[in-house]
Amino acid sequence: MRLLSVAVFVVTWWIASLLVGGAKLPPPPDVLQAMMTEAKTGALFLNLGVTLVRVALSFALAMTIGTAIGYWMGRHRLADRFGDPWLIILLNLPALVVIVLAYIWAGLTEAAAIAAIAINKLPTAVVTLREGTRALDPALDEMARIFAFPRGRAFRHVVLPQLAPYIAAAARSGLALIWKIVLVAEFLGRPNGVGFEIGVAFQLFDIPLLLAYSLSFAAIVFAIETLLVQPFEARLSRWRPRAA
Amino acid sequence: MRLEVDISGKQFANAAGERRQVLRNIAFTLEPGEVGVIVGPSGCGKTTLLRILTGLDGDYQGRVTRGPHTRIGMVFQEPRLLPWRTVEDNIRLAAPEVDTARLSALFAVLELSEHRSHFPGELSLGLARRVALARALAVEPDFLVLDEPLASLDEALAARLRSQIAALLEDRKITTLLVTHNLDDAVRLGDRLLLLSARPATILHALPIRIPRAARSDADIAGIRNEIARLNHANG
Repeated sequence: MRLLSVAVFVVTWWIASLLVGGAKLPPPPDVLQAMMTEAKTGALFLNLGVTLVRVALSFALAMTIGTAIGYWMGRHRLADRFGDPWLIILLNLPALVVIVLAYIWAGLTEAAAIAAIAINKLPTAVVTLREGTRALDPALDEMARIFAFPRGRAFRHVVLPQLAPYIAAAARSGLALIWKIVLVAEFLGRPNGVGFEIGVAFQLFDIPLLLAYSLSFAAIVFAIETLLVQPFEARLSRWRPRAA
Repeated sequence: MRLEVDISGKQFANAAGERRQVLRNIAFTLEPGEVGVIVGPSGCGKTTLLRILTGLDGDYQGRVTRGPHTRIGMVFQEPRLLPWRTVEDNIRLAAPEVDTARLSALFAVLELSEHRSHFPGELSLGLARRVALARALAVEPDFLVLDEPLASLDEALAARLRSQIAALLEDRKITTLLVTHNLDDAVRLGDRLLLLSARPATILHALPIRIPRAARSDADIAGIRNEIARLNHANG
């Protein structure tokens, strides 16, 4: 079914390129050609790799800090009241503003780029985890207290499994957000990465190159989602009785 | 463990901010190894009383003495198992030092052996209750608390579980507090009955049963029930 879906996409693209002309939308073989050229020089893999490292770092940073803050805000009312206005501002701040400010304040550095991407993702992780923490079952907390579970055991076996769907949701939506933002950050202030190459292709009006990078990037995202994220989610929910 | 209870009052604030009295003048003592049964109408505050006695709720007037380092085993009204852990893991998490032979024996007595690796979501309520009971006993408690362990089971299942509980209590001599609204369960399982009034709950009668659990005939049980009915009548 998935193969069919991909095939339909390629065919539609080919027909569209015949209709609008190869200059505006190059047909699949031209893009494949550009992809091969970039792959031969190694530039494709280098740029994809650099982008992936940026995604991984900012994702890890945002998830760790976001989970901790979200849990804390969900548990303590005072922290929630204090943090809420910050959260609303961060949630609604355009990604572009954060990225540009980060580059102005911290220079066109790697740290600035990763921090800017992480800050964009942070508030959604906080909000999701706060919701998850509020939904924790007090009955199970009481059970853990009665049976004198030590803190670590209670967190790992009672709290964490309840938060797992929320962490998975935050990871899922956060990853999607980061895929989108990382290219903007690279476009604006990095000398390598998929975003940078797309910027170059844009300036040269090199549409096959632009599509070559975009599609390789999309393919990587697709592979990570199906090979990593989905099996992980399935593993987390294996205790749930399956729907018939 | 000896349990001494002297609660003079407990209030709850409702959503509108009014404080309502839930418990009033509840005083009793359970000797080590004794099985106390609290009987009272639904909603009279029995669960609230249990929450105070187990230390979950510290907001009351009075005093509860349990002795230091009391290990509590509790069967809640809903089984409160961790749905993401297997039956065996649920028990081992609460009782990490339980040895395998003892655990197997416990599973055998409660007829749970074939459900060890099942998840709680795959169990019926009766089975889940038995797992909760196994968990409470596996910690080798000094104080065992059973909150309506037989509620919402059909009569045959309830009778089976009741006789299993009776055998386990006889065997282990743990200081136990059982809460029920079913007089029959109370009379069959308890050494000392505490009859509670409607809200605010207070002890109407404390009634020791001197005949040993195993020796209680149907006639004895009917006799005790009549005695309780007479007390209630004189009171009401």
